[in-house]
Amino acid sequence: MHPAYSVIYFTVASGAGYGLLFALAVAAVAGLTPDSRLFWLIAALLSLGMITTGLLSSTLHLGHKERAWRALSQWRTSWLSREGVLAVAAYPVALVFFAAELLVPGTALSGAFAVLAAVLAGATVSATAMIYASLKTIPHWHNTWVLPGYLANGVATGFVWLVLLLMLFGPANTAAATVTLAALAVAAWIKRAYWSAVDSSETPVTAETATGLGQFGSVRTLDPPHTQKNYLQHEMGYRVARKHAVKLRRVVWLLAYGLPFVALACTLALAGVLPGVLALIATVSAMTGMLVERWLFFAEARHVVMVYYEGNPAMQTGSESVRD
Amino acid sequence: MTSLPQAGGVRLGLVIDLDICVGCHACAVNCKEWNAGGHAAPLTDSDPYGADPAGVWFNRIHGYEVTNEMGDYGGRTVHFPKSCMHCASPDCVTVCPTGASFKRAEDGIVLVDEAKCIGCKLCSWACPYGAREFDAHEGVMKKCTLCIDRIYNENLEEADRVPACVTTCPVGARHFGDLADPKSEVAQLVADRDGYDLMPELGYQPTNKYLPPRPQPQIGGGVDRLSNDQDTVDPDSKFLQWVDKLFSR
Amino acid sequence: MIEPDIDTSPHIADEIKYTTCYMCACRCGIKVHLRDGDVRYIEGNRDHPVNQGVLCGKGSAGIMKQYSPAKLKAPLLRTGPRGSGQFKEISWDEAMDIATERLANIRATDPKKLAFFTGRDQSQALTGWWASQFGTPNYAAHGGFCSVNMAAAGLYSIGGSFWEFGEPDWDHTKYLMMFGVAEDHDSNPIKIGLGKIKSRGAKFVSVNPVRTGYSAIADEWLGIRPGTDGLFLFSLIRELLISDNVDFPWLVKYTNAPWLVIQDEGAADHGLFARDDDGNPLCWDGEGKRLANALDTDVKPAVVGVYTLPDGRDAVPAFELMARRYMVPAYAPEAVADRIGLPADTIRRIAAEMAHTAFQEEVVLDVPWVDFAGRLHEQMVGRPVSFHAMRGISAHSNGFHTCRAIHLLQMLLGAIDCPGGFRYKPPFPRPVPPPQKPAGKTGQVQAGTPLQGPPLGFPTGPEDLLIDDDGKPLRLDKAYSWEAPLSAHGLMHMIITNAWKGDPYPIDTLLLFMANMGWNSSMNTAGMIDMLTDTDPDTGDYKIPYIIYSDAFWSETVAYADLVLPDTTYLERHDCISLLDRPICDADGPADAIRQPVVSPDRDVRPFQDVLIDLGARLGLPGLVDEDGSPRYPGGFPDYMVHHERAPGVGMLAGWRGENGARHGSGAPNENQLAMYKANGCFWKDELAKGQRYFKFANKDYLEYAARMGFIGKAQPVVMQIYSEILQTFRLAADGHGPVQPPDAERDRIACYFDPLPVWYEPVEQSLIDDGDYPFFAVTQRPMIMYHAWDSQNAWQRQIISRNRLYMNRGRARTMGIGEDDWVWVSSHKGRVRCQVQLMDGVNPDTVWTWNAIGKRQGAWNLDVDAPEAKQGFLLNHLISELLPEGTDKSRYSNSDPVTGQAAWYDLRVKIEKARPDEAREIAPQFEPVTPGDLLDKTPATLRYGASFRAGKKAAP
Repeated sequence: MHPAYSVIYFTVASGAGYGLLFALAVAAVAGLTPDSRLFWLIAALLSLGMITTGLLSSTLHLGHKERAWRALSQWRTSWLSREGVLAVAAYPVALVFFAAELLVPGTALSGAFAVLAAVLAGATVSATAMIYASLKTIPHWHNTWVLPGYLANGVATGFVWLVLLLMLFGPANTAAATVTLAALAVAAWIKRAYWSAVDSSETPVTAETATGLGQFGSVRTLDPPHTQKNYLQHEMGYRVARKHAVKLRRVVWLLAYGLPFVALACTLALAGVLPGVLALIATVSAMTGMLVERWLFFAEARHVVMVYYEGNPAMQTGSESVRD
Repeated sequence: MTSLPQAGGVRLGLVIDLDICVGCHACAVNCKEWNAGGHAAPLTDSDPYGADPAGVWFNRIHGYEVTNEMGDYGGRTVHFPKSCMHCASPDCVTVCPTGASFKRAEDGIVLVDEAKCIGCKLCSWACPYGAREFDAHEGVMKKCTLCIDRIYNENLEEADRVPACVTTCPVGARHFGDLADPKSEVAQLVADRDGYDLMPELGYQPTNKYLPPRPQPQIGGGVDRLSNDQDTVDPDSKFLQWVDKLFSR
Repeated sequence: MIEPDIDTSPHIADEIKYTTCYMCACRCGIKVHLRDGDVRYIEGNRDHPVNQGVLCGKGSAGIMKQYSPAKLKAPLLRTGPRGSGQFKEISWDEAMDIATERLANIRATDPKKLAFFTGRDQSQALTGWWASQFGTPNYAAHGGFCSVNMAAAGLYSIGGSFWEFGEPDWDHTKYLMMFGVAEDHDSNPIKIGLGKIKSRGAKFVSVNPVRTGYSAIADEWLGIRPGTDGLFLFSLIRELLISDNVDFPWLVKYTNAPWLVIQDEGAADHGLFARDDDGNPLCWDGEGKRLANALDTDVKPAVVGVYTLPDGRDAVPAFELMARRYMVPAYAPEAVADRIGLPADTIRRIAAEMAHTAFQEEVVLDVPWVDFAGRLHEQMVGRPVSFHAMRGISAHSNGFHTCRAIHLLQMLLGAIDCPGGFRYKPPFPRPVPPPQKPAGKTGQVQAGTPLQGPPLGFPTGPEDLLIDDDGKPLRLDKAYSWEAPLSAHGLMHMIITNAWKGDPYPIDTLLLFMANMGWNSSMNTAGMIDMLTDTDPDTGDYKIPYIIYSDAFWSETVAYADLVLPDTTYLERHDCISLLDRPICDADGPADAIRQPVVSPDRDVRPFQDVLIDLGARLGLPGLVDEDGSPRYPGGFPDYMVHHERAPGVGMLAGWRGENGARHGSGAPNENQLAMYKANGCFWKDELAKGQRYFKFANKDYLEYAARMGFIGKAQPVVMQIYSEILQTFRLAADGHGPVQPPDAERDRIACYFDPLPVWYEPVEQSLIDDGDYPFFAVTQRPMIMYHAWDSQNAWQRQIISRNRLYMNRGRARTMGIGEDDWVWVSSHKGRVRCQVQLMDGVNPDTVWTWNAIGKRQGAWNLDVDAPEAKQGFLLNHLISELLPEGTDKSRYSNSDPVTGQAAWYDLRVKIEKARPDEAREIAPQFEPVTPGDLLDKTPATLRYGASFRAGKKAAP
């Protein structure tokens, strides 16, 4: 699938934003947050900022942005619509949550909205994930690990941000850091499980079943319908060379999970300004790594329609270059 | 809107005969010219005279080669037209966040209401057949309408009330009708010729069916040579037989 | 749940006009839906005999041709050097003055200095006649590239031909074998027919090196090596002969099989038919044991044996000569298998299948008919094996004889114009060959004088050749000379070379119409470009002094014209698809058609036919002015279509003649004729009665009808020729007999190729080239979406294919280390091109091929200079020489069939070498761009055609 930057930014930023919202809610309930209005102000700006820019980014590729409101109507069947509805619902809840933490922290109201915000954050990210996971046409996405992956990545990046935020307002918080380390580990483990699953999965569709001509032999493409690429090929015909993908997966391991994990682990053992610097490094690294992870999520996914244009993957040749 | 209608009594669709399609692109181009000015007009073309011409087409013709153990002469070249299957269970409809995509209850035709389309392209991701066509200039998704503006059009002669691709196909490889009616001509064809679905494993229950290439006719029950002694035949002996062959003018 | 309101009955058209398609050579009837004066939709006319309502991809793309930005807008006069594309717009008055002055001078001095050649124009009934009126013999259309082998072989054998003059009996055939047919002529009738026969369960066998298009749906594909079809046919013929699977009664009745051939080696009449005093051919009446008039019906002729003529010499029936020729071990399946690339078992099986179908599965129609002798037959009995052939046979230098071999096979099976067989389309069959001789002999070309007859025709002996006393050609293209005696369509592929060389003589003006000879309609394109621009070093004048070109579009050739006369599109003019030209008949009856303007030109262009008639009147050509010198057809071509009479009562159109339009075939001009055509969907068709539809060559009712209609002179049967006496007369001339003999240098060549029986020889160019150096055959075809389309810059057609690759057999490529998409050099003895490879299984392993005419010159057709057509589209034309290879004893001959002059562009052999990595980019060779500058409309970045037809939507500006 074509890795559109607007969608990559959207899913990474909103994932981190909702993840941070979730982490803040958990931290608030657990009493890990500092008694600082500035903290909550920055936290609110940060999380809503990521959510908002993410959602705005997601509309960038729309043909008719002015009709985006219509996307709220089909929640009965459409995960995209559900995501919109949930995002819209999560917004006021998050605002009330932040307002309560600013104005009446520690009350039942703030606690209730913390729980509600956490649930809606999780639900919204789940809906985002399900947009992809529900597509049977893209086997890499129609995969058990996609939903947990989005959730885990959101939570992990959210907690990484939380740790950084907490650093600004006090010494390293062992509990938060430990949870973050655990979240990163879980997210990494899920990513590993995802890659292992997609690498070993067989494509559900072959040129033989796609054309129904398997009864006569093996099927190869001969002439395309059009000699220049069409919309489908531009949108879904993106292919990343195996060699290239392997390299990028290593980058993801390092930046999204490895480096943040090591950096945050170090914060537990260090004092002074260093943990803050490390937390910053962890955050930048995790977000950068997530962008690469998301790029790969798209670039490695092959839409079944491409079997009509390219035949069976094994028959593809000349795959040693990134094609657009 | 994007909830699917109850299974209705009529499922209009196409039956495509791969045994006789010669890959002439008549259906694709006639579809283009009808629909360029039709229900979903225009079918925008970008860079039409430039380096990278592309455009909205509702019907595209692929070419494949099938090979088997019989070697060079065992295989075949198959021309393969493909357009919207008007599935019974189309994800392209259910994923639509705005209700722009819908499946008509009365005949099963899957359409896009352009006025509601936000151009998110998700339906094109959900379609395994590549039937959704994004018109970037208009910012909306377009697709085969099964010539909704022909098949019921009272301004056209009755005989013309079929999709443009069907009426124009020179070899007669395209048939249109109600696949839900087992007595219809199209349903009979599917039954007689082992018509099949594309990508049945995905479960979208496409309405359109494909008829496979027929087996080669056996001449005379499989004659393979005219006689056994022919390599040693002596023309002169043949002429001796023929010299008495007399036929009137 | 509420669905949106959909208007399922929108208003489509304000008006529907009928006319005839011109997107290829097929000439289908179309209905043009007009809305607000624009073309909303074009569809097939259901009532039309050609397409019966269907329309192909080309016809469906007609809208984009009409609105193409490559359309010329006004007459152009060259201002820069030839080939630069620099012109200024001039008025029609000025353009016509320039042309008239030039041509008047030529006509007043030496009319043959005008060479008038037209491309795929479909108006030869006018253009050929115009050339005659002008007085130049130098006229032809593009048939010399295309079809002459099919036309000539058929007309000299059975009085009809494949091509577009006949068709398989789609309704009854049980076995169809097609040789080398891509979209070609009759594109929709063939597609309709193939759909029919496959759905009936008939077997369809395609003999073609490439498995695409029609071959893709063949029940059996025979991927033969190009140019070897003749051997395959002889092997089939041998199988049939030695197994007695020959229709003797049919041969005796309808062919010259029993005619006695004089056997007297060295005599002036050796190999000619023995005739009685009245000139009737003789046969041996086996019952009466006597020599008899072979045309009599009360004889029982022998088909073999040696018989003594009254003068004591021996004679044998033609059948025996034929049978002896093919019943030899050299044509045994095993003997030809390797050379043709088909297994021997396959050849045997195909012969058996044919024999079984012909003789065990007769088709019987309960339709009585009367034969030429007046005998009533209660039924029509047919042998349902049919054949069709075109380009793959035609474009080889052995194509004439190979096509004759197909006709011979049909005759042996008794499968001609019978139920289930090949069928003639009226006005065929005609006498073998049609009684029309080419004009232009010495003394017939005179200043200020019309030619005494048509420039093209059918010689029946050396005395009909257009040669001077020294045996040198009289025509610029050397048609009807010893180089190509039966060149019934001329040799258009030679005119630029010959005009440039001044061989046989220099000309003054080349008038070209719709012939892209500066690009894809030439062999040796780069050479043509050099010749068109070459100057005399002494004077600085162009070697070809003046070029007038008419085209509707900014084609590559426009840049080489000195004066450009812009034509209209097909939707903007009247045209005539005449029985005098290439009609649209089908086997069930004659038909003709017109085009009518359905939209008005929005620019300063004129139909070429109107221009020609105007020019003719200005020149005072006899047929185009009245006695007082005033224009005879002031109404232009529509006027001519109605009022011109070629012979009394015979005009361009056969329908609705006579004063009130009640007569068909012949009759006085009818003022309302065009209106009557328009009211009938712009075509006329006469349905034959059931009893006239088969055995037309011997069907009394049909023959009388044909004579009445003027198709044939007299209602006499057409006797098919398994043995061609006409060819033998040329051979005898080569052997030193007769008043007109070839120069000594030509004798062997004539003797070799003018065999009275079909013969196979290695294609001429291939025989001069080392197979080891050039191991591949190379052929081209055009994709169905563009076959015979005059151009392909059309915005929709080019989206389907705008670049081409070289197709190679996958297994063969692997052995050469060549993979998918690799860049290669393809070289011939003439030149080389660089292109990309595509692998496929369905191609003969010794053959490479590509789509023809996809490659465009940069800037031509008003495409961007970086269009894929220019950067990734290539022409094999650069590799094909118009002359036989240099350094051989035949190098001065054209690369043509030595009998007919058919351009032998399928004889090409090439070698393939991988390109270096740094060469793996755009195709080569490249030429300087020919951009139109301000002469044409600017091309839009986005095309939203049709937006204005949608209710509530406005088209963007």
